[in-house]
Amino acid sequence: MTRQQTQRLASIAITTVSAIAVIPIMAVILFIVTQGAPALGWKFFTTPPSAGMTEGGILPALLGTVFLTLGTAVVSMPLAIGAAIYLAEYSAANRITAAVRLAIINLAGIPSIVYGLFGLGMFVLFLNLGTSIIAGSLTLGLMTLPVVISTAEEALLSVPAEFRVTSLSLGATKWQTIRHQVLPHALPGILTGVILGLSRAAGETAPILFTAAAFYLPDLPNSIDDPTMALPYHLYVISTQVPGMPLRIQYGTALTLLLLVLSLTLVASVIRSRVRRRREW
Amino acid sequence: MAEGLGVRWAGRRGGQGLRERAIESLIHLAGLSAIGLVLLIFIFLLREGIPTFKEVPLTALFSIRWYPIEAIYGLAPLVYGSLLVTAIALIIAVPLGMTTAIYLGEMAPDWLRDILKPTIEILAGIPSIVLGFLGWVALAPLIQRAGAPTGLTAFTGGLILAYMALPTIISIAEDAIDAVPKIYRDGALAIGATDWQTIHRVVLPAARSGLVTAVMLGIGRAVGETMAVLMVTGNAANIPLGTQMLFEPVRTMTATIASEMGEVARGSAHYHVLFTIAIVLFLITFTINSIAARIIGRGGGRGGQRG
Repeated sequence: MTRQQTQRLASIAITTVSAIAVIPIMAVILFIVTQGAPALGWKFFTTPPSAGMTEGGILPALLGTVFLTLGTAVVSMPLAIGAAIYLAEYSAANRITAAVRLAIINLAGIPSIVYGLFGLGMFVLFLNLGTSIIAGSLTLGLMTLPVVISTAEEALLSVPAEFRVTSLSLGATKWQTIRHQVLPHALPGILTGVILGLSRAAGETAPILFTAAAFYLPDLPNSIDDPTMALPYHLYVISTQVPGMPLRIQYGTALTLLLLVLSLTLVASVIRSRVRRRREW
Repeated sequence: MAEGLGVRWAGRRGGQGLRERAIESLIHLAGLSAIGLVLLIFIFLLREGIPTFKEVPLTALFSIRWYPIEAIYGLAPLVYGSLLVTAIALIIAVPLGMTTAIYLGEMAPDWLRDILKPTIEILAGIPSIVLGFLGWVALAPLIQRAGAPTGLTAFTGGLILAYMALPTIISIAEDAIDAVPKIYRDGALAIGATDWQTIHRVVLPAARSGLVTAVMLGIGRAVGETMAVLMVTGNAANIPLGTQMLFEPVRTMTATIASEMGEVARGSAHYHVLFTIAIVLFLITFTINSIAARIIGRGGGRGGQRG
């Protein structure tokens, strides 16, 4: 075989294999959309499940996921942005910084079910918060830290050094410079990180399994000390734990969750690409 | 990786006084909290897991049966289940992911690349429960119809996991290929190499550390994945061997925790053993990620641009 033939063969093979990798992923989305769309509608989103969950909508699960996601934002945002400022602006090239970075990489790699067990041991039992929105938000908040920190740090580092030098040369202190020069320019990028983190938290099941999620609650939670239904866990319950569940509702729930998570991801990537295009430096 | 931006901070000290120093202390604290958090998680797992070693003889943990109702806590079938499913996922995902990364980085026309790259990154966000659900309602019946005694098998789990890990693997591997300086390619092409020779002999070796990282992170993701494998692997704590092993049900470490923790009494031996499994998972992923971090650290600073 000449090298030209090898070249042609290789390029055909690579294209084919890539199609095998990419097409099923796209097909999965299309499949869920077509199967789930008939179930969606105003009534599906605004009524609670009824008749042993085999009829009705998904209101408590949908709202529960919204509550948990907001709680996650409250927990993770201050800590993650603080850590990102530390890494981008304050950290020296030493062993402590290396240890912080190693810690963040490892936090990102800890399996979500292990976060769930940690949340159970620490928040539900040790701090006695019980199975509650607050315990679930704390668990999800810690789990999303690494994503938010990395994206926010990247955003801070992309602000040109000249901005800092100029501000300092005018007599501003270091914190004034960060507060008034660096943060405003990095804000959209930081926001991207936060939304990405939240999109992950909204779709997670394992961390809330023992910390927040309830099988079925007829009423909405009254406070953050109550357990709540949540969309991912609800999908698990109605597909494996409830016999005789109509497929229509299962696919509708799956599609709702998919739309919620993917639209958050989409918003994040739109912000990111708009920022990149508009950048004036 | 560069630390900060190399700006020498020489701003006035003390001018803003206490408030400023308080804020800066908080920022330092937030940075160090990442280390604190890893330690805290590990200590909590140890606290709840260590009593296992007083309650269950060490030899029993190494036995080949997991049957908590009779207080038999052999971890071997669970570790085996996790390894088998992860191996299947990697055998499928690594070649597919690497090839797709090569296609995107070196061969795809620009317009297609501009569509596919962000799409794949967005797809990385599909919740695992959604893929688990699809595996349960759509894929498992297909596999059963193909001749397996049940559709809920190690292979079903591995296949779902493979497609779950693919976007991550493709994305990181493509970044690594993208970082190979254009001049390497130009040099190879200029001395008469074909595109394929350039990719095969020049680009891939240069991107090696990034490609290894992509695989490592893929392994980490597959070992730790919970909900999807819980739904589609059948959850039988067996050690299938032989020709049919791929098409028999298995049970992973993660699925065991997820399905049993809800029903155990706090402080029981079973409760402690489940935390011990979490310690094993923590140590596995910690090792994998620390190695990946070292590789990234070594490979860094070699950045190049694409033409």
